[in-house]
Amino acid sequence: MAIAAPTAGQELASEDALFVMSDLTLRFKGQKNDVVQGVNLRVRRGEVLCVVGESGCGKSVTSMAIMGLLPPNSAQISSGKMRISSDEWDLVTDRLPAELRGNKIAMIFQEPMTSLNPAFRIGNQIAEVVQRHQGGTRAASLDRAEEMLQRVGIANPGQRLREYPHQLSGGMRQRVMIAMALANEPQILIADEPTTALDVTIQAQILDLIADLRDETGMGTIMITHDLGVVAEIADTVAVMYGGQVVEQGPVEEVFRNPQHPYTIGLMSAMPRLDKPGERLAIVPGTVPTISNMPDGCRFRTRCAFATSYCSKRPSLSDIAPDHSVACHYAPLEAHVRVSA
Amino acid sequence: MLRFLMRRVLIALPTIILISIFVFALQKLLPGDPLLVLAGEERDPEVLEFLREKYRLNDPIPVQYLAWIGNALQGDLGTSLRTNQPVTELMAQKLPVTIQLATMSMIFALVIGIPTGILSAVKKGTVTDYVANVVALSGLSIPNFWLGIMLILLVSVKWQLLPASGYVPLSEDFWQSIRTMLMPSFVLGTALAATLMRHTRSAMLGVLSADYVRTARAKGLSERVVILKHSFRNALTPIVTLTALLFGELIAGAVLTEQIFTIPGFGKLVVDAVFNRDYAVVQGIVLVTAVGFIFMNLLADMMYFVLNPRLREQ
Repeated sequence: MAIAAPTAGQELASEDALFVMSDLTLRFKGQKNDVVQGVNLRVRRGEVLCVVGESGCGKSVTSMAIMGLLPPNSAQISSGKMRISSDEWDLVTDRLPAELRGNKIAMIFQEPMTSLNPAFRIGNQIAEVVQRHQGGTRAASLDRAEEMLQRVGIANPGQRLREYPHQLSGGMRQRVMIAMALANEPQILIADEPTTALDVTIQAQILDLIADLRDETGMGTIMITHDLGVVAEIADTVAVMYGGQVVEQGPVEEVFRNPQHPYTIGLMSAMPRLDKPGERLAIVPGTVPTISNMPDGCRFRTRCAFATSYCSKRPSLSDIAPDHSVACHYAPLEAHVRVSA
Repeated sequence: MLRFLMRRVLIALPTIILISIFVFALQKLLPGDPLLVLAGEERDPEVLEFLREKYRLNDPIPVQYLAWIGNALQGDLGTSLRTNQPVTELMAQKLPVTIQLATMSMIFALVIGIPTGILSAVKKGTVTDYVANVVALSGLSIPNFWLGIMLILLVSVKWQLLPASGYVPLSEDFWQSIRTMLMPSFVLGTALAATLMRHTRSAMLGVLSADYVRTARAKGLSERVVILKHSFRNALTPIVTLTALLFGELIAGAVLTEQIFTIPGFGKLVVDAVFNRDYAVVQGIVLVTAVGFIFMNLLADMMYFVLNPRLREQ
């Protein structure tokens, strides 16, 4: 018998968490299914939480909802509570106030090439967010911008300040985005696929940079990615999403070593491994159904090798080990497989 | 930047030459003999011949063209066949009128067109957007002459708020001059505002979904800064081009509006000249407005450098 997942109330109360999102559910106007359903996330100080999943699993929408960036007239949030350190919001009625965006909680995006405004010098773009939240003079903000550029490893920061985004490479632009996001020393950084658009070598540099800055500032990080390599490199905890639901959640070693949800197992075996070269990669059969074709109950059941009629009832996310929770009626899988074998 | 501008000027040159040839040829193709106007009732063959000689109408057409363009380059566009005044002098009299009218119209167009364009883009799909579009469409559809007449009827005749017509030079009485120009420039300006509004709206719609606008919001900037600074700045390029072109059109004269408000501007000058077969004046005005138009285009090109940092280093 599975141990019940902590309720939303308990999670919100948990002391050590810096950021808690509980039971986020939302849909876009005109759709009959939720694009994000009952998502709980928790990040402690200095911790990196990776949210993984295929495109369309709702991971980016979740991050936009956290930042309050979803268009209010098309995104309808039907439940969700959020807490950052001691401040708490009910997302159904409130969105994250602009005073906190770019300040207490900041975000970097997938497309560094287009995420900076082409019409303004990068120094001004960084200084702008400093002045917005800390006030002070323009000169002081520009000094801060220069300091930040230095900190994210950009050579000649004083000169770079006066350059425009088109004069920088993709990796540099992402560094500028990071400098901008961290200029006000946020407690939470949301990184939505920050390395996807970059070369592999640059990817590693950016991940190292984020990890270093995390160590320096103790900020909590929510990293959205579809790349398990990134997860392995940087994550402390991982939340696997499928069809707008979190299907498995736990410390990264635990989830990698002992995946329990059939979807996580599929993802893990679809990852190439250096220690088993030449082995044929497993695939998860089929594709993610579109949001309007999502099955009731467990949303993975149309692709799941273990699915039974029982799966038309939605499984709740339940702990199978301390901190390791899985949303599958048949988790932990070994027990069931052994029984049925 | 200098190289880019030089290239633009070089491209403009053949355009100007072509226009001058076209303007010159068009005159030759028009039916009607200006000399008959000049000679009046007499029609004495000797007088006609004398006049032909005087205006070099017996020379081969290319020679006539070269003579005309040669003089034009030295600032001499010939003399009016009708009033015997130099064409440049005639135009110099009308130019301040036209420029004042064009500038005031443009101010109306910008002040009305751009804010409504931004508003309807930001409020896309709402009642505000719908109303703005309907108003813009009516602005485009209502003929200037009708709006002009209605304004005169209401504002001048019925309420007696503004003068119905005429022109007072700025130097003579500044406020009276502005007051007299208010209605005609409003009539011209509202029509242009509709065009500007539509272009502003579509440019803003393109920009509002850009990633850097999302970044601006993620920075916690106020919606006002996100829209007026981060978005509008990037939507400016098509708006600037259109403004320059519309201004060029305004300089060329607004025939109907000038007629209704009896404003002695370029439009009236050119219409009178055409009716009188006043070759030299028509040629002069068309040439000057065409060059003015090309100049406005160059100005718009220069504005791109200010607006778009990516162009500057090439």
